[in-house]
Amino acid sequence: MHSPTLESPLPPSPGAKSVYLKDLDFGVLAQCIHCGLCLPTCPTYDDTKLERHSPRGRIQLMKNVAEGRLDVTPTFAEEMYFCLGCLACETACPAGVDYTRMFEEARGDIERTGVLNTESRSWIRGLLLRGVFTRPWLLRLIGRGMYLYQTSGAEWLMRKFGLIRLAPKNLRELEPLAPRIRPDFSDDLISEIETPDAKARARVGMLTGCVQDLTYSHVNRDTVDVLLANGCEVVTPRMQHCCGSLHGHNGEIEIAKDMARRNIDAMERSAGSLDDLDAILTNAGGCGSHLKNYDHLLHDDPRYAARAVQWSGKVKDIHEFLISLGVVKPTHSLAEPNGKPLEITYHESCHLCHGQKITKQPRDLLKLIPGVKLIELPESSWCCGSAGVYNITQPEMSMKLLERKMGNIAKTKASVVANGNPGCSVQLEFGTRKHGNDVEIAHPMTLLARSYRGERQ
Amino acid sequence: MPNLVQDISAFIAPERVLHSREDLLAYGYDGTAALHGVAAAVVMARTTAEVQALVKYCAEHGIAVVGRGSGTGLSGGSVPSNGCVVLCLTQMDKVLELDEKNLTILVECGVITAKVAEIADGAGLLYPPDPGSMRISTIGGNVAENSGGLRGLKYGITRDYVMGMEVVLADGSLVWLGNKCVKDVAGYSMKDIFIGSEGTLGIITKILLKLVPRPQAKKTMLATYSRMDAAADTVSAIIAAKIIPCTLEFLDKITLNCVEDYAKIGLPRDAEAILLMEADGHPAAVEDQAAKMVEIAKQCGATDVQIARDADEATRLASARRTAFSALARVSPTTILEDATVPRSELAKMIRFVQEVGVRHRLKIGTFGHMGDGNLHPTFLTDEKNLDEMARVEIAMKEIFDFAISLGGTITGEHGVGLAKKPFLPAAIGEASLGLMKKLKAALDPKGILNPGKIFD
Repeated sequence: MHSPTLESPLPPSPGAKSVYLKDLDFGVLAQCIHCGLCLPTCPTYDDTKLERHSPRGRIQLMKNVAEGRLDVTPTFAEEMYFCLGCLACETACPAGVDYTRMFEEARGDIERTGVLNTESRSWIRGLLLRGVFTRPWLLRLIGRGMYLYQTSGAEWLMRKFGLIRLAPKNLRELEPLAPRIRPDFSDDLISEIETPDAKARARVGMLTGCVQDLTYSHVNRDTVDVLLANGCEVVTPRMQHCCGSLHGHNGEIEIAKDMARRNIDAMERSAGSLDDLDAILTNAGGCGSHLKNYDHLLHDDPRYAARAVQWSGKVKDIHEFLISLGVVKPTHSLAEPNGKPLEITYHESCHLCHGQKITKQPRDLLKLIPGVKLIELPESSWCCGSAGVYNITQPEMSMKLLERKMGNIAKTKASVVANGNPGCSVQLEFGTRKHGNDVEIAHPMTLLARSYRGERQ
Repeated sequence: MPNLVQDISAFIAPERVLHSREDLLAYGYDGTAALHGVAAAVVMARTTAEVQALVKYCAEHGIAVVGRGSGTGLSGGSVPSNGCVVLCLTQMDKVLELDEKNLTILVECGVITAKVAEIADGAGLLYPPDPGSMRISTIGGNVAENSGGLRGLKYGITRDYVMGMEVVLADGSLVWLGNKCVKDVAGYSMKDIFIGSEGTLGIITKILLKLVPRPQAKKTMLATYSRMDAAADTVSAIIAAKIIPCTLEFLDKITLNCVEDYAKIGLPRDAEAILLMEADGHPAAVEDQAAKMVEIAKQCGATDVQIARDADEATRLASARRTAFSALARVSPTTILEDATVPRSELAKMIRFVQEVGVRHRLKIGTFGHMGDGNLHPTFLTDEKNLDEMARVEIAMKEIFDFAISLGGTITGEHGVGLAKKPFLPAAIGEASLGLMKKLKAALDPKGILNPGKIFD
């Protein structure tokens, strides 16, 4: 047989040696048999038709890094950050390749070796990942500042008189992407313990998230309302931390571990003990995928390993939980006054459908609402380009994907796009503002809550 | 040695002449296990003229050219030889003409097989060859490898649908072979020489394909067996009863469990084997055939025969079957797929022999395949790091090939020879036939630049 000879003809690769990938179990890397079935589901391959931009190509590069044939080069690093991390490849992969694991270790290597470091990149990452997203109070302070900017007329003035042009380039490009900030945080809207009218069917912990808390705190309130309507007692710890998915996906593995520990502690403080909860719930697809992974993340932490296993066993996405609990059917119709059903389409968050394989439950819940017609979205599970901070780091690819998504949404002619992840909502709302159309972007919990609340009116 | 990259960049846009270490590693493999090579450059051609210019340049300088589509081949046909130029054709992906009067479609070589099938379907037609990788494989790759698929039994293979092609010859000159005529005996059937030539005789750039009317009805059935050879007996009995269904696909216990782990469609996990059977055509004929097939399956010892409720379920079954090879990779680090094919009357003997070989050499073998074509895929589930086991795999593989040949069969039904089957070719076809192939190669590619070292040395 033709044996691997990868030494002589290859050009050199200036870079640093791997730390994380090198120690990854051979089985994880060898799981990929490079059959190529992932290729048609990868947004970056679909756009470029270049093997390096495909899951199979990236895995091959990671394998070569792990085996020392390729250093952690700037090109490798850029490639790994060009990946959306949408995990469509994991859904497509019959061999069950754990792409998430490899990809997080690869980004860990990249940050540890610092091959991409520039002054501004390090500064921004330091500020966001180590500064803001590890400090809930600071995040809220910034949120408050943005809210004042958006509501005081300052934003209007900046745009009207073109003052935004005076801002630094980075900030100027980001400004239109900024989500609308809510006046209240989740802690203002939700009490630490809320109990249903009748005897509780279940006692659940509620995770409020960070982006969700800042921009969609009402979705958290709606989620609690839905849970109360379904007879659940809801425990919501105060001043919650980021779940750490941003850190985990961006090579800051140690910070991700720290965030996980803090969340476990906070939930135990509010709930008494994890034993006292039937489930720990999240309404953010991107967070859920990572929250379920705490067991793996903390497996070598002697103080937390066992609790993390318990935690991961209890974390459920809200849609998944409601269906398994047996959802109380809402009775108030959301149809328009003339009787025309409310036409809703459903966009799938990548980490809900690919990361957690939850596809049927959100649709089933939406179909339960009286007066709603669910229209299937073409390419519903194709990434919208939000992908964590991807819309900031890779604006070009991100906007291509957003345009594709907006085109598909327009085909449905639906007036509401339901989706279960705040990152997607920010992106889709930007898309609707850009296109000047009045499609509403809503979380399925918001729609359900409207129907439940109607019953009580 | 000329400065290859610089020279080629003079006639092909430099951004499509890839030569970084990362890119070369990402084009170092196809879908075959344990085969790698390193090219000197990878060229993404967009037009026939570019292909001609590149081949001409390589011919002048004696540089090897390895054609490549999506790289899903299963015999190493598109694995680069060291120092070659990989000519990647995925960006030549235009559909040029659908001729509904003559039932033909003209496409560039990089068009994805599934796209041809979709376009045909949209016009009420059928493009029957449906290899497992059809969602990503290119039609050019299919023609170069003469791919089969799940419908070979009734509809034949890729060869049966190629009416014409444009080929760039080894000196860079261009030739068009064939036409839209159903009958054409003007000289040698030259296009047939290039079908299945694995890129060793010319680079196929355009293909004229035959389409057939889409059958009005189809019925899909799933038969369950407690003995593998009973499934083989069923196939032989159906053929002997003069019924030609469109599909008779076999999966053994290991394979069906791997597929079920991935696809979760409710396959009977306890069965020793299952047979996926499909009849298509005129509704009355389909009913009649299906009823007879159910009866024969039961007579041959099927413990259960289920009929797919609707088209969706039928599609799910066929799609799941297509993942069999990749799904088998779940079991062990290395998955080596074989392609032994025997006359259909000898199937039960062949199946029993594969089982016996597995036991005798203490190897885990998952077997599936297109049983209606006598085409089996015994797949070794092994570990390339276990040298002792790999030695036994080599012996077992040879025994299986020798036995297939002794039954009047062949070493490869649809994957091609490439690198993986090269050592077994002389015994399979004999010296006279091999000598004729070599003469043909020498006549068409006197400098030996086209995919050297594939099929034979």
